[in-house]
Amino acid sequence: MKWETVIGLEVHTQLATRSKIFSGSSTAFGAAPNTQASAVDIALPGVLPVLNRGAVECAIKFGLAIGATLNRVNVFDRKNYFYPDLPKGYQISQLAKPIVEGGTLTIIVPSTGSGQSEERVIHLTRAHMEEDAGKSLHEDFHGMTGIDLNRAGTPLLEIVSEPEMRSSAEAVAYARALHSLVTWIGICDGNMQEGSFRVDANVSVRPLGQAEFGTRREIKNLNSFRFLQQAIDYEVRWQIETLEDGGRIEQATVLFDPDSGETRMMRSKEEAHDYRYFPDPDLLPVRLDDAWIERVKSTLPELPAAMQARFQNDYGVSAYDAAVLTGSRALADYFEAAAKACGQGKLAANWVMGELSAALNKAELDIARSPVSAAQLGALIARIQDGTLSGKLAKQVFEGLWEGAGEVDAIIEARGLKQMSDSGELEKIVDEVLAANAKSVEEFRAGKEKAFNALVGQVMKASRGKANPAQVNELLKARLQ
Amino acid sequence: MSLTPDDVKRIARLARIETSDAEALATQARLNTIFDLIAAMQSVNTDGVAPMAHAQDVTQRLRDDAVTETDRHAAFQAIAPAVENGLYLVPKVIE
Repeated sequence: MKWETVIGLEVHTQLATRSKIFSGSSTAFGAAPNTQASAVDIALPGVLPVLNRGAVECAIKFGLAIGATLNRVNVFDRKNYFYPDLPKGYQISQLAKPIVEGGTLTIIVPSTGSGQSEERVIHLTRAHMEEDAGKSLHEDFHGMTGIDLNRAGTPLLEIVSEPEMRSSAEAVAYARALHSLVTWIGICDGNMQEGSFRVDANVSVRPLGQAEFGTRREIKNLNSFRFLQQAIDYEVRWQIETLEDGGRIEQATVLFDPDSGETRMMRSKEEAHDYRYFPDPDLLPVRLDDAWIERVKSTLPELPAAMQARFQNDYGVSAYDAAVLTGSRALADYFEAAAKACGQGKLAANWVMGELSAALNKAELDIARSPVSAAQLGALIARIQDGTLSGKLAKQVFEGLWEGAGEVDAIIEARGLKQMSDSGELEKIVDEVLAANAKSVEEFRAGKEKAFNALVGQVMKASRGKANPAQVNELLKARLQ
Repeated sequence: MSLTPDDVKRIARLARIETSDAEALATQARLNTIFDLIAAMQSVNTDGVAPMAHAQDVTQRLRDDAVTETDRHAAFQAIAPAVENGLYLVPKVIE
């Protein structure tokens, strides 16, 4: 039987505010335990929450960026459950009237094998504000659990997608696009190691063509794109095998173990919490008016989708390249600066996505810390364009830039990398090569096109890579006619 | 709607309140009088009336995003039963 995978994602993004959502405690990561937990955060009796305007504005920015409906009146509810890192006994969240509803995110699903990469629009269900819980440390404290409430009350935006993804690759593409967007508009620092962007995946399978969804299991707290992919792949295999063996899928919450690569049950539906949501009487409805929304809108940067369209228009890059180049604001800014510096958009795109990205990956560096500046790369591309450098020589100059050997022209000069422009010198080399390779010449005249390439290669070699390939072609053709 | 003794036991368990069968029965009767009141209110026609999230028609006041709290964990932890390295210690919980 053919199976179809159905995936919906719930992503918890920590909002990049200075203070917590309902108190004036700092949200800075890494402080000593409980030094950033105020009376409100530890739920001392008699305290009241006061909502952080900055957190609301982050949610508004997100709603605007995905073209969603912003609920002019939205309401906080209490989600009730007992756990030691939740001192109030309830989490303040939004259920019936979240701040953001609807909206879409365009994703690019990379090609598998020979296929084309594919663009898809994923619909979002909602996004709501809520507070984070504290942290439980289960290392052995004389058989007890340690509780750090520094994280309690950190503002979160929980972003829920429709179950529209059909493979782990699509789920990862969606998660990446969302990560890129929330960091782009500056509402989340995107640091996955520190838990700023945590993904829950709802996964089910159904026979291909069946209309109803299968029973889903929820994989909790995935904090890397690689784990997201591995967890979904394992879960899908497990569900299909279970069903094909005649078993049934029970609704459940599962955890992914990166060491074994497996998912395992955390709790079944029978033990599932009954959260008894109700509107929080400590908080009044939040009202958004048009003037406020307009003010927030004016602070938004140019969004990735708009920038992609502009890159295609202004620099002639493909839709796919534009999507890759707008993967982050730093990358987009870098590309645009380089493209402007050399006036060669397509070439700049190739260098940024090719040589530069490869070097950065290898050195495990972020674009913001690239040893080669956008201006330098632009200058390098300009030297390819004006014929000073061949592609091969340019790569050597790039290496020089990477090592910090100076500016482009200085490196060309110091290393003698200038493309041979003296045609007399090149003619001499061509003649020598023709004389030394009589067999290839004969073969070419007999109609073997390949022999021509061999001759070009010989000339390039004899010039130690400095000959201009176009000029070599021209000269050889002239001589052989 | 009225509650069964099982409903009462379930609600008590969710609230982590230990109840005997006799207590559950007594509580059931008292809770049902509250539900009678709610049932009476439910009979009012509210078609076309938007539900209110709060008894007063006022809007949430907001604070600026600024850090105003200082570290007071020593004072807070003075009343905690068990503390180590700045952490509150609680009986072991593994979900």
